[in-house]
Amino acid sequence: MSDDGYEVAIVGAGIVGAACADEFARRGLRVILIDREAVGSGATAAGMGHIVVMDDSDAQFALTHYSQRLWQSLRPELPEDVEYDQCGTIWVAADEEEMAEVRRKADYYSERNLVTDVLDEAQLKTLEPNLRPALAGGLLVPDDGVLYPPCAARVLAERAQQHGAKLQLGCAVERMEQGCVQMSDGHEIRAEFLVNAAGAVAPALTPGLEVKKRKGHLVITDRYPKFLRHQLVELGYLKNAHAVTADSVAFNVQPRRTGQILIGSSRQYGAEDKEVDHDILSRMLQRSQEYMPALGSMSAMRTWTGFRAATPDKLPLIGPWPGDKSLFLATGHEGLGITTSLGTARILVDQITGAQPEIPIEPYLPSRNAKEQVHA
Amino acid sequence: MPERVTVTVNGARVDVACGSTVAVAMILAGQPCRASVNGESRGPLCAMGICFECCVAINGVPHRRSCQVFCENGMEVRTDG
Ligand SMILES: Cc1cc2nc3c(=O)[nH]c(=O)nc-3n(C[C@H](O)[C@H](O)[C@H](O)COP(=O)(O)OP(=O)(O)OC[C@H]3O[C@@H](n4cnc5c(N)ncnc54)[C@H](O)[C@@H]3O)c2cc1C
Ligand code: FES
Repeated sequence: MSDDGYEVAIVGAGIVGAACADEFARRGLRVILIDREAVGSGATAAGMGHIVVMDDSDAQFALTHYSQRLWQSLRPELPEDVEYDQCGTIWVAADEEEMAEVRRKADYYSERNLVTDVLDEAQLKTLEPNLRPALAGGLLVPDDGVLYPPCAARVLAERAQQHGAKLQLGCAVERMEQGCVQMSDGHEIRAEFLVNAAGAVAPALTPGLEVKKRKGHLVITDRYPKFLRHQLVELGYLKNAHAVTADSVAFNVQPRRTGQILIGSSRQYGAEDKEVDHDILSRMLQRSQEYMPALGSMSAMRTWTGFRAATPDKLPLIGPWPGDKSLFLATGHEGLGITTSLGTARILVDQITGAQPEIPIEPYLPSRNAKEQVHA
Repeated sequence: MPERVTVTVNGARVDVACGSTVAVAMILAGQPCRASVNGESRGPLCAMGICFECCVAINGVPHRRSCQVFCENGMEVRTDG
């Protein structure tokens, strides 16, 4: 049996697949969005939902900045339960060395038309009184925000459906190649273009794809309204997140609209199971209390883990997969897929429809990954 | 040990038998405990520390499970913020 008549079949209804489905459908393509579970139930349900501009590389900046602006323009259409709040990020500098990084970052952002505000110790204390004393300062990025990822994914999938997309849930995909998606119940779906948006498990469907799982832990507290106002991230985070092999933790806290506080973050390679790792969890909470001592007396409601889809160069894979003309990728978003889902959808659909992308796409093309494999 | 202890619940005095939990004081005071995220009142449900429906602020510390804390003389219990 086969279902025909689709131009695009997307496998994976996380926030990335859902954003792509919405973009394809709004540009008039006939699209089906497929997931073995529910919409937004993978990494999307586990993520922090920080909409953040980052500058590990020029390409990372371009995609996160582009996406942040897309989220801002989508904001009026998002229902309440997406909980989009433009709370801003403060990159917290512990010492003078990190203040130098604050100033570098401020220059980099302002050269690219992103407003920031360099904070000294006193200004930081005024904005976030619960930070420990004697921090050096910080960088406020007022346009960053937070949202609740699984609801955002649901909204994007609903928008896609309103524009004629079909949603198929509850059945796993076994293979996707040469314009054909093979479901585990034997059913086949044909489409001119296939999009692998299966997140951290994408390599199971596209062998040879260099995506690894990078495990993360999060803790959510009870409600402590007004305790925290911005998403706070330590600048040492950069040093930590750059370590590609070692396990790392960083101070990263997020205010939720309910008054709850989401506490992160950890990064681990080679940890394939979903179990909470108490050693890394306690290191993570220890780190958060070094910055905000009062977190230590709060009551935590729940702890969970999730898997980021990590690529060797920390940039996502967006575009055609060499070797199969029908197959496109939209995965490898590591710790930024909530943010970059909207930009990803735009530039993927641009590539397929022949429209001119608004940012250069070369850094995200999967062919750069394949080249690396040849040389490796 | 005194047979009765006195706590306040949102400022009103409540007398309970020594050895009572704060949840008992809440019931005697006729007061709900925490409010849900949508503002609905909640009160003790499991009485064994599992459900978190009985949370109150005790001596200024928010979100304490009233079923797990014994009343002490002069304890201040609040549910009003
Ligand atoms: C702890 C943590 C914190 C994070 N914090 C942030 C943050 O603050 N900001 C940010 O921007 N990003 C953050 N991220 C990253 C973000 O969560 C991910 O990049 C994003 O959710 C990826 O979305 P996705 O749609 O690619 O993948 P997923 O959400 O994992 O979706 C993939 C989907 O594919 C489906 N699927 C897989 N295989 C099959 C198959 N064979 N058949 C059918 N369906 C299949 C799965 O069921 C799943 O629903 C965080 C991640 C973690 C783990
Ligand atoms: S009544 Fe359930 S935790 Fe107290």
